[in-house]
Amino acid sequence: MTDTANITTADALLTTADGMPLKAALARAERKKRIRALLLVMPLFIFIFFDFLYPIGLMLFRSVENPLIAENMPLTANELARWDGQGIPDEATFKALAADLKVARAERTIGRVATRLNYELSGIRSVITRTGRKVKKITGPPYKEQLIAINSAWGERVTWVTIKRVTPTITSLYYLNAVDKKMDIEGDIVSTSEERQIYVTLFKRTFWMSMTVTIATLLLGFPIAYLLANIPLRFSNLLMILVLLPFWTSLLVRTTSWIVLLQTQGVLNDIMVWTGIIDDEQRIQLIFNAQGTVIAMTQILLPFMVLPLYSVMKTISPSYMRAAQSMGAHRFLAYRRIYLPNTVPGIAAGSLLVFILAVGYYITPALVGGQDGQMISNIIAFHMQKSLNWGLAAALGTLLLAGVIALFWLYNKMIGVDRLKFG
Amino acid sequence: MIALPEHAGIEERIWHYLFIAICAFVFLFLIAPILIIIPLSFNAEPYFTFTKEMLSFDPVAFSMRWYNEFFSSEVWRSAVWNSLFIAFSATILATVLGTLAALGLSRPEMPFKALFMGLLISPMIVPLIITAAGIFFFYAQMNQYVQMTGTYLGIILAHTVLGTPFVVITVTATLSGFDHSLTRAGAMLGGSPTTVFFKIIMPLILPGVISGALFAFVTSFDEVVVVLFVASVEQQTIPRQMWAGIREQISPTILAVATVLIFISIMMLAAVEMLRRRSERLRGMSPG
Repeated sequence: MTDTANITTADALLTTADGMPLKAALARAERKKRIRALLLVMPLFIFIFFDFLYPIGLMLFRSVENPLIAENMPLTANELARWDGQGIPDEATFKALAADLKVARAERTIGRVATRLNYELSGIRSVITRTGRKVKKITGPPYKEQLIAINSAWGERVTWVTIKRVTPTITSLYYLNAVDKKMDIEGDIVSTSEERQIYVTLFKRTFWMSMTVTIATLLLGFPIAYLLANIPLRFSNLLMILVLLPFWTSLLVRTTSWIVLLQTQGVLNDIMVWTGIIDDEQRIQLIFNAQGTVIAMTQILLPFMVLPLYSVMKTISPSYMRAAQSMGAHRFLAYRRIYLPNTVPGIAAGSLLVFILAVGYYITPALVGGQDGQMISNIIAFHMQKSLNWGLAAALGTLLLAGVIALFWLYNKMIGVDRLKFG
Repeated sequence: MIALPEHAGIEERIWHYLFIAICAFVFLFLIAPILIIIPLSFNAEPYFTFTKEMLSFDPVAFSMRWYNEFFSSEVWRSAVWNSLFIAFSATILATVLGTLAALGLSRPEMPFKALFMGLLISPMIVPLIITAAGIFFFYAQMNQYVQMTGTYLGIILAHTVLGTPFVVITVTATLSGFDHSLTRAGAMLGGSPTTVFFKIIMPLILPGVISGALFAFVTSFDEVVVVLFVASVEQQTIPRQMWAGIREQISPTILAVATVLIFISIMMLAAVEMLRRRSERLRGMSPG
């Protein structure tokens, strides 16, 4: 008790030259240092925030944002808010629909409305556009009968349920779509029909292909990492260049190389034909399929496995193995019980890194994937550039991103980002 | 190579040679696909494979045809110019921003170090397609203030984002063994913070800065996804042209381009290796 009291009084007595308590002066100096460190990081952080984090946020928001119907069919959206979803809506709603469609056609937004609705109910596109063309003939009531006369779909409950469902400006429909689910007419979530279940299949395929690539890089990378770690430095420096060269070579160059090597009129097939292993008619399709993609990705990602493995193996002292063997362990037993467990951090680091990079691959599958080698990134690109269903692209992207972030978090926990190294 | 002890038994010998064979196969797997491109790029015929004449080393089968095509084509020339301009600009930005951030991150007083590090590294981890899509949405939104899509500015800034993690990583790695008492000594001897930075810190971290810059350069030089999303016809880069060339597969010019790129990467690799060794020597981490 007395000790503590003494120290506090002693502290209070210590002051700097200008009479400030030392403790406060120290705290101030520390704070200044912290601020200075932060100021150095800030320019990059602000830049990354605006040109990377915010854009990613925009993409996340796109996956739930759904303003199109509410903005372009405002009257209908309003009327449908009152509708209980039973039977078909009342005359006022039909009147609103006729008014909205007239405006939408005049402002040329009707095509986008039709496209948006078609994502949820295929075939509704033509109902909207056809009605849009004829709706100007309707000048007075009864709207209901006239609209149903133009297209009988307006007398069906499912049409109205679908429109009501896409009126909220925030929606989860894109996510349902991204996992091959949809809402049925009663609002229950059901799986889409077998032949339309493409996204879950793609996620699974992406997972399996990345897994295969990870295992393949581990199997191929382990022996050479071991070799590199256990030979004299001047040899290993030389061989390391063979590992690093692919790392520095353009991805497109390496993808081109694999096409040249593996295609049916390619080098490997030619060699097999010339040496008589196969006939000219039996050329094997080695690329433009899933297997070709896996082969190319394995070679491209192999350095990311070898480097962490190598840096861990380099730290394992050879005396461990000698100790085990001198105590009577057979070479293989010593290897399995002593060496392998010591390499686990390297295996974990390499595998996580390769897997993280593999799940997001786009270029290689796009160029050599053919039909069955496409991965989730490729369908995202398709919806971004071709089908223009950006909401669905964003939902698929968000799911992929969630997976990658979870793995990155795991990597950070287990290995630490500051341990990432190249070359 | 790994020496085989004199007394090695037959079983041990078999395993040893099997191991060497496996390693040789893996190295072949790594390198052969890259090297195969080089002779093919001298093909006199418009094929992506060896002709019979090439295999018998008939000089008629070889030509510089595809190199001529590459160097004389207007499209490729503008692609080279675009790639160099974009990569240089992005590299300068990424190196300055990344080095400053790395200096801050490696100070012991830096608060929330792990969080900042994670965020600043994330452009390297997030799948490119997601980054490209996000930046596309962002630029579309920005267009009403500054035209971003279809401009050099947009691509340069996007490539800067992708390049900075490499600079941050390499520079923090060089700073990891940095002796902070050196800066204090410099300050004590009367050096202003600027003098201390340029006379003491900079020479020590320079190898890391340069290799980070080279990584950033290569990242931009090789990037195609963002270019596909936000560039217009005017900003076609080398990888963008190669992408189109691979899809159409009409002319082996891409093989000539690939060969040129391979030589560029060999030079880059040599530069980085030299820098790494120099840095280790400077910091007294390795004798050689």
